[in-house]
Amino acid sequence: MEELFTISVYTENNPGLLNRIATIFLKRHINIESLNVSRSEIENVHRFTIVARMKELAVKKLVGQIEKQIEVIKAYYHTDDEIIFHETALYKMASSLLFEQREIQNVIKNSSANIVTVDPEFFVIEKTGRRKDTEELYDQLEPYGIMQFVRSGRISISKTEMNISSLLEKLK
Amino acid sequence: MENSTKTNPTERISGAEAVVRSLLREGADLAYGYPGGAIMPIYDELYKYQDKLQHVLTRHEQGAIHAAQGFARVSGKVGVCLATSGPGATNLITGIADAQIDSTPLVCITGQVASHLLGTDAFQETDVISISAPVTKWNIQVTKSEDIPAAIAKAFYIAKSGRPGPVLIDITKDAQLGELDYAYEKCTAVRSYKPVPKTNTEQLKAAAELINAAKKPFIVFGQGVILGEAEAEFKALIEKAGIPSAWTVLGLSALPTEHYLNVGMVGMHGHYGPNKLTNECDVLIAIGMRFDDRVTGNLNTYAKQAKVVHFEIDPAEVDKNVKSTVAVLGDAKDTLSKILPFINENNHDAWHNEFKKHWETEVEAVIDPQLKPTKEGLTMGEVINQVNKETQGDAIIVSDVGQHQMFTVRYADFTKTRSNVTSGGLGTMGFALPAAIGAKMGAPKREVVAYIGDGGYQMTCQELGTILQTGVAVKIVVLNNEYLGMVRQWQQLFFDKRYASTTMVNPDFIKLAEAYDIQAKKVSKREDLAGAVKEMIASDQSYFLEVMIEKEDNVFPMVPTGACVSEVRLS
Repeated sequence: MEELFTISVYTENNPGLLNRIATIFLKRHINIESLNVSRSEIENVHRFTIVARMKELAVKKLVGQIEKQIEVIKAYYHTDDEIIFHETALYKMASSLLFEQREIQNVIKNSSANIVTVDPEFFVIEKTGRRKDTEELYDQLEPYGIMQFVRSGRISISKTEMNISSLLEKLK
Repeated sequence: MENSTKTNPTERISGAEAVVRSLLREGADLAYGYPGGAIMPIYDELYKYQDKLQHVLTRHEQGAIHAAQGFARVSGKVGVCLATSGPGATNLITGIADAQIDSTPLVCITGQVASHLLGTDAFQETDVISISAPVTKWNIQVTKSEDIPAAIAKAFYIAKSGRPGPVLIDITKDAQLGELDYAYEKCTAVRSYKPVPKTNTEQLKAAAELINAAKKPFIVFGQGVILGEAEAEFKALIEKAGIPSAWTVLGLSALPTEHYLNVGMVGMHGHYGPNKLTNECDVLIAIGMRFDDRVTGNLNTYAKQAKVVHFEIDPAEVDKNVKSTVAVLGDAKDTLSKILPFINENNHDAWHNEFKKHWETEVEAVIDPQLKPTKEGLTMGEVINQVNKETQGDAIIVSDVGQHQMFTVRYADFTKTRSNVTSGGLGTMGFALPAAIGAKMGAPKREVVAYIGDGGYQMTCQELGTILQTGVAVKIVVLNNEYLGMVRQWQQLFFDKRYASTTMVNPDFIKLAEAYDIQAKKVSKREDLAGAVKEMIASDQSYFLEVMIEKEDNVFPMVPTGACVSEVRLS
């Protein structure tokens, strides 16, 4: 059965690595649902967070192939119940709505979203949460006309330890 | 430099010179390549260092990389090749892919346009880092002169450590021309890279228990035995436990042909017994092999009755195709020597006899008709057998890809390891002629015989020019059936003999060889074969032998694609 997996990859800083990792998915016809790259808790170590849907046997092999890359320190995969995860969405709306359609203010309040900027022409709502939370807000805002919408890749923290620091210590 | 004292061993030199000196520091005294605009500064240094580092000019970059592969395969050293940017670099790709899938250690150095031109679609600019990423173990673009020594040190370390593979260093022209304070330090570790996984003693003991308890154990060994230089440890293990052992195409020559436990080859054109009995063994012991589809046939019916013990250096290969009962990670030399004390002395004569019975069946149905043909046309098997007689199985045998390759691995005799050079995983036609050149340079004292089909020969026969220029003495045997024989065989068996684009109208190969000043002979009749082979092997120069082969001969046994290995066909 196919499941959603969150793959966390700790790597050295190498510009070619994104390409190499993406190729591993491409070669196996696995669609990347979201991808995020950031620094990690360790200096000069990057962290890729990749979300993709596949069978567990496939993700096991895939992580093996990712770890095989020279500059990959360690790769893990997790199911949703093993991680804390979020996505952030931004919604650009017309500022006139705040005066002409006042009920939109309630929508924003009830969704515990933030208004990050207000301009004479537009304002921007930011909502962080799980996919269904940002989707729900999207559905509520859609009747008012969304000028722009964007959602980030998933970021996640595992409940169990990843032990990268001690691993790096051993590799030294 | 005036200020370079004993305490400061650095010198100010160009990036290009740093390349050559770093190669020398890694023990590379031979490189194959082809010059061009973006790599000219390095070639200028090669000119200056020509008494220390021999550069072999091939006739095509593909020839250079296959030669480097042949060199690496027989010598165990890292093969080095050089090419310019753009087409020079892209012409290496086939060989890089070949080396990646066959785990051959190579360092490829490509020139690149100057860094200020990167991304401008400059003349001969190609993004070789992206192109080569999926087929290299590691690659890097160097845009600063001072980064060159460390990149080369890391490249050699990665290429040869663990499971070997090709690496590529792309060096911009300005980095070659710029200067640096040169100091060379060998690379001994990369923190994110663990070349050899740690062996788990529990797994080792569990493996020994399975092997000891087995009634019908069967070993399939691959190139891991050769790459790990574990031939002696391997032999000690199989002799102590008395286990019939079969090889993959790339495992060939790790165990002498005549060894009493050598039961032949597994896989699509492997021997009858090993394929049949794969599905009857109770413990299948895989050593340094990766269960390629050409070995396993249909995975759903492959050795399902057996417990599987997998000795492997690359963790990603474990459970990739065949689920193992016990996996022993580590370098074969190390794991095989560690397991030996836990292995009971044993023999499995009754089980071994089953292989012998199947062998007799195969001799009657397939091998005798090849080696003692009653038909008029010559067979590939009898040509190879004739060469065996002259070389006593001591030669390095290089083969190209196709029918003749399968005949070669089936019929050539081997007494020494690292003697079988062929393109296994990628199946690269055109591999053999340049690989034979490299093999001869990697083992100059040994006889090198290349078997090549008339199709594959014409893919890289421009390398006759390299033979002419270097005087390297390789023996070239073209087995000519005037067809792309393997494809034709499939067309005959699976496409109702519709021979689409497999008929070859060939040039006069003898004239072609003679044009390059290579002694040449053509054999069309059986009675001329022995004399011609004798003359070829006796020659201390390169020699070209063309043998006209029965046109529609087929390679058997055969496991058709997707079939079960025990459904192996004898005809």
